[in-house]
Amino acid sequence: MLAIEGLTKRYPTGDLALDNVSLTVPKGQVMALIGPSGAGKSTLIRCVNRLVEPTSGRVVLGETEITRLGDLALRRARRRMGMIFQEYALIERLTVMENVLSGRLGYVGFWRSWFRRFPLSDIEEAFRLLHRVGLDHMVDKRADELSGGQRQRVGIVRALMQNPELLLVDEPTASLDPKTSRQIMRLIIELAKERGLSAIINIHDVLLAQQFAERIVGLRAGRIVFDGAPEALTPEVLTRIYGEEDWSKTIRRDEDDEGEHREPAAATDALKVVAAQ
Amino acid sequence: MTTATLSFDARAAARAWRPPPLIESVWLRYTVYLGALLYLVVGLGSIEVNWARAAEGIDRGARFLAAFFPPDFVSQWYEIQEGILESLTMTVVSTVFGVILSLPFALGAARNIAPLPIYLFCRSVIAISRTFQEVLIAILFVAMFGFGPLAGMITLAFATIGFLGKLLAEDIEDIDTSQAEAVRATGASWFQLLAWGIQPQVLPRFIGLTAYRFDINFRESAVLGLVGAGGIGDTLNSSLDRYEFGTSAAVLLLIIAIVLACEYASGWIRRAVQ
Repeated sequence: MLAIEGLTKRYPTGDLALDNVSLTVPKGQVMALIGPSGAGKSTLIRCVNRLVEPTSGRVVLGETEITRLGDLALRRARRRMGMIFQEYALIERLTVMENVLSGRLGYVGFWRSWFRRFPLSDIEEAFRLLHRVGLDHMVDKRADELSGGQRQRVGIVRALMQNPELLLVDEPTASLDPKTSRQIMRLIIELAKERGLSAIINIHDVLLAQQFAERIVGLRAGRIVFDGAPEALTPEVLTRIYGEEDWSKTIRRDEDDEGEHREPAAATDALKVVAAQ
Repeated sequence: MTTATLSFDARAAARAWRPPPLIESVWLRYTVYLGALLYLVVGLGSIEVNWARAAEGIDRGARFLAAFFPPDFVSQWYEIQEGILESLTMTVVSTVFGVILSLPFALGAARNIAPLPIYLFCRSVIAISRTFQEVLIAILFVAMFGFGPLAGMITLAFATIGFLGKLLAEDIEDIDTSQAEAVRATGASWFQLLAWGIQPQVLPRFIGLTAYRFDINFRESAVLGLVGAGGIGDTLNSSLDRYEFGTSAAVLLLIIAIVLACEYASGWIRRAVQ
């Protein structure tokens, strides 16, 4: 569904953020991208929708070669890729509903969007999705009045409003507490599965990645150093991705596999990861 | 305790530590201090004050001020009223046109959204507008369009472009880029990026600056009359020329009252939109 071939990004400062990365994400697959800060995770997903212009290499979404598109075609292609951000990136002074409807900007003309005259079907879909994430009673609240978890849910709904085929998710839980983090991750996975979306999720938290993703790709200094199932993450692999450290407590044990009531154990482990770093 | 830190004496290090000075190099630091002191001494020494003249002047000043009392609102009321209305018209018209014209310059002068050639052009227009004091520009426009409020209005509109263009451009450069990035990621067009990614972030400051500029434009309109650019300043000027100091005092009191009202209103607006 998404094919990345030989993607390289060198910033004007000379930093090589991505070094010949090749990757294929099949339809419906949820992939976690892990790696240390500065490994190029953010750059990678931003090269996919060309918020960051890659230096060389190809990105192909379905039949469309994203890296060859002109301005207008690129905007059309961006509609097919919903993005979810680390600090939510909501338009703070606008309401929840306006933020959600901003996901439709690629589909409506300037004046319609200026006067907020979105098609009724869009507004209906917005209400449906807001109800799905439990925020339908807050449509007219300003985005900056919400809590972190609520904001991220608005961010998720905004991305889904684009009716995307692919979700690009950049550190969705980095500003959230452990419990909310899990709820948000679960919500993203559920919604992706319901709609058959592929997803690339950048994530710091190895445990969360293991718990929620079906495939894990490890990035270090702009290169892929691991690509496999969550179960294949061993201390050796983590050392390859992050460098030398005591990883024995970080790997998820099988008995932690199940849902809600296991959360305290998982949270403790997460704390150990933080302590270990 | 001490055995572990045997090779490192924290107390000695603490005693030796000083906050880093503003200027690193010692000789440069003292040269700057000494130079500043010398300049102050020489500067103070070069001021010539004629104390005898100043003593005499206090008396003259007092007589000049006394001539303003009592303020006379009545005998020239018609002219005062005309002047005030003209000034207010100038203020409103010049603020409205200035603000509308300043928007494209503000967008063009924000480095994060404008390409370099447009940026340089808009910055130079803003720089020209800000370099020359309103009175100087007014003299030029009075020469071009003749005496009267038209010259004053064009002057104020031009000055508004510089003021609002610069401050708004800086606000646009300071926006939270992640919000703009999120809007771009939805496939929004450039104008939608402006309307959704940038406008909501700069709108409160834009409204506040507009209110503030309105208040500045009224004050300036009182000064511009002195060079023949219309408004209440014209009324003030002619009353001074005719030695009708009572009328001048009335005009000054009205200017003060309106400026205070404007300031209060613009302050209130700015607080309300935050």
